[in-house]
Amino acid sequence: MRISEFLCRALVLCLLACFPLVTHAQDEDSGQALLEALDTSSYAAKGQAIEALAASGDERTRYWLETLLDGKLQRNKDSGRFVVVLENRGRNWPVEDALTGESLGEMSRRDLDRIGINNALRGQLQSTLAVLDLRVDDLDARREAAARLVGEVDDELAAPLAEVLEEEQNAEVRRYLSHALAIHRLEQGDATAVDALAGSLDSKVRAALNQATRSDDAKLADAAQQALASIEQKLKLNRGLETLYFGLSLGSVLVLAAIGLAITFGVMGVINMAHGELIMLGAYSSWAMQQVLPGQPGLAVILSIPVGFLVAALAGIAIERSVIQHLKGRPLETLLATFGVSLILQQLVRTLVSPLNRTVVTPEWMSGSVMINEALSLTLNRLYVLGFALVVFIGLMLVMRRTRLGLEVRAVTQNRAMARSMGIRATRVDILTFALGSGVAGLAGVALAQLTNVGPNLGQSYIIDSFMVVVFGGVGNLWGTLVAGMSLGIINQILEPWAGAVLAKIMVLVFIILFIQKRPRGLFPQKGRAAEG
Amino acid sequence: MNNSTLSLRWLAAAALASLGMSAPVLAQENPIKVGILHSLSGTMAISESTLKDTMLMLIEQQNEQGGLLGRQLEPVVVDPASDWPLFAEKARELLAQEKVDVIFGNWTSVSRKSVLPVVEELNGLLFYPVQYEGEESSENVFYTGAAPNQQAIPAVDYLMNEVGVERWVLAGTDYVYPRTTNKILEAYLKGHGVADEDIMINYTPFGHSDWQNIVAEIKRFGSEGKKTAVVSTINGDANVPFYRELGNQGIDAADIPVVAFSVGEQELSGIDTGPLVGHLAAWNYFMSVDTDANYDFIDAWIEYTGDEEAVTNDPMEAHYIGFNMWAEAVRKAGTTDVDTVKDAIIGVSVPNLSGGYAAMMPNHHITKPVLIGEIQDNGQFSVVWETASTVAGDAWSDYLDGSRDLISDWRKPLECGNYNVVEGSCGGGAATE
Repeated sequence: MRISEFLCRALVLCLLACFPLVTHAQDEDSGQALLEALDTSSYAAKGQAIEALAASGDERTRYWLETLLDGKLQRNKDSGRFVVVLENRGRNWPVEDALTGESLGEMSRRDLDRIGINNALRGQLQSTLAVLDLRVDDLDARREAAARLVGEVDDELAAPLAEVLEEEQNAEVRRYLSHALAIHRLEQGDATAVDALAGSLDSKVRAALNQATRSDDAKLADAAQQALASIEQKLKLNRGLETLYFGLSLGSVLVLAAIGLAITFGVMGVINMAHGELIMLGAYSSWAMQQVLPGQPGLAVILSIPVGFLVAALAGIAIERSVIQHLKGRPLETLLATFGVSLILQQLVRTLVSPLNRTVVTPEWMSGSVMINEALSLTLNRLYVLGFALVVFIGLMLVMRRTRLGLEVRAVTQNRAMARSMGIRATRVDILTFALGSGVAGLAGVALAQLTNVGPNLGQSYIIDSFMVVVFGGVGNLWGTLVAGMSLGIINQILEPWAGAVLAKIMVLVFIILFIQKRPRGLFPQKGRAAEG
Repeated sequence: MNNSTLSLRWLAAAALASLGMSAPVLAQENPIKVGILHSLSGTMAISESTLKDTMLMLIEQQNEQGGLLGRQLEPVVVDPASDWPLFAEKARELLAQEKVDVIFGNWTSVSRKSVLPVVEELNGLLFYPVQYEGEESSENVFYTGAAPNQQAIPAVDYLMNEVGVERWVLAGTDYVYPRTTNKILEAYLKGHGVADEDIMINYTPFGHSDWQNIVAEIKRFGSEGKKTAVVSTINGDANVPFYRELGNQGIDAADIPVVAFSVGEQELSGIDTGPLVGHLAAWNYFMSVDTDANYDFIDAWIEYTGDEEAVTNDPMEAHYIGFNMWAEAVRKAGTTDVDTVKDAIIGVSVPNLSGGYAAMMPNHHITKPVLIGEIQDNGQFSVVWETASTVAGDAWSDYLDGSRDLISDWRKPLECGNYNVVEGSCGGGAATE
């Protein structure tokens, strides 16, 4: 990538930007010519045009580069006018003039020609913008810009970058910049650069060192090899932590999906095959909330927690009243009937909403990852789901242990006749318990909407896993569900790298079959006379 | 095998002829029946229900123009419910009871394989609109989707030559299409000097939703100093969590591009594409293709569905081409008789939506341009590369043992779907599994 020359010039310009710039009073033509050059089908020519644009000193440069990067810089086919598209959904797009910024109303996408870029040009544009960003006040922007330049430095960018490094105060930005410069020196065959890079876990640093091990210079290759070996040592620990996190995260999904079932199946003994579809309803309420509150995905996610709970709970009550109560004590019929209900619910969603998946937008604060170090970052959405699962679990424990409802539920499930004779309205307890289990399934759906598809088939993929977790953990025991879900998650993630996803899944199933042979009542069997029934 | 199908064909023709004799007058007024065999319920409804609507729209448009041969077209819609054996039953129902003149249908390869013996036995016509793994050529099936040489191979060429990729991750869902495609790609890459340790192959179950480990592994595989790319044959629903995980773990298209063969506009409509900008897909059509024919098609589709946000995709274009080819062949033959149309359609050429023409080849595959598109933040693709001219679909891959020597040519006098050019015989050398 030959970007250095203009990067260098862009840097100088950036410095100049502190001073009042020459206005663009009569350079309409020069701007037009610069954009004109971008309108070519050859990507190489476009690259040069971008260089020329960055070097032009026009104060609209950043605006043009950014809109070009977003694919919003376009040209009207008839008038040849350059425009910036403000919103590119639907058939008619609002546009403004790219030179004057004057609003031009709406244009049909039929009449517009996009100035296309590919990945190489996208990289070039990002680097160009990164160089411009190195001097801004916003620390985050500087850090991102510096990180972006690691591995992108060449001869002509090296000197100005070194200057920036000297003035930079922030340690993190400094580290990125010095890595960026050291990689450049390493590429020049400078063996001392290896020291500056040693111990870094950045994948671009590793890539550079890996390349250096293939160098002809034996001394350099050796040094790089050693630096790599010590990095590998550090990475090992990281990988262990990473697998643990992956396992806990998968486990939390399993726990969330299963914990509602742990109540309806585990405590009440109802085999509810429509449990997956209750999860799906929760996920759809998350989508529906986003439709109701467009532009506020964060608020929608938070509100969809109670809404998802209520929707699924109401659906649960409807199922309990219409089907399950008539089949009390007939597990096989219950299984078949609820399986039917699950198919009905799926097809209902397909007909009423759409057979296609729905988009659930991840709010800003839930996307991306938190960086622990350069090689280990925890994805935020999964971190939230992990936390959410624990909160739901604790909440459920409190309900079961500390409230009157929980007491009644336990009483009714242990000895229905006795509980009734003590004045507990067993039917009401049945309804409430089933609603609680279903509502929790709805909560699982809200969380899953952030991780996977929201579509009619969502539930199917979790129903087997849910039963597996509940049976493994010990029917009727919430703690069992937690421990079982988490350990199955971790086992799965440990097996996956060397057995492959398909085989890992099979191995987990075989493991559970063997385990159930040994301990038919699962990890945490219920004790006492109630368990005998 | 060929002999038996031949005699069956005669039998069917005789049966048809006798039918024609008994009701010569009625035939003129009867509508032409078009069977539509797409799942409207079950897992595949997500993809297939749109194709049913596409067919209904095309038939409606044709009827507005006066139908075909002066007769109206009548759609016969059945629902095989994503259930593979049911596909065969429904195909039999369409051909034997409804007596349809042509069938447009199927999505998954396994459903096509289930329908195949029925269509051959009852001498029907089937237009199959989805990209598939090749290694098949039936006398009664017309493949309007891409064969591997019209999608996978050009995409790999693009990455190798234009992007400079040296390490390859072949990730797919564990079933026949990805396994065959990856086998072809592996042979192709090794033929181009890619070492064993630079190829990583990974299979996941259907609907796989936990991609953390695999994405982390891809990240590690890509940090060894060589340009790495992922070639994804991951199917349907598993893509959303896969792309989400890619975005969250910060895999940038500039570092490790992912090129997908099963992700189109429709699949993207279920994802927030912001973090995915720059990842690639290889198809023969994109909704963003800048031609008037395409804009007209999109406008008609939006009007038909009544949904401003409705998207079009590659298999829809394949049905558009297939339907027009069939209509053209019927016009040319002056009849809907299966045998006559089958012969007449070879060589028929109709406009595609990307500004060129598609021709039906003697091997029942069609010519298509290959486009590589990059994902944009509005869920659309922007074309970054395309083949200089259209590519003819190759039923038998040149990169697999056992299929290398086979050709398919349904014209007289060869009339063979798997002619072995080395042995000089038809039906020699079974396709590799």
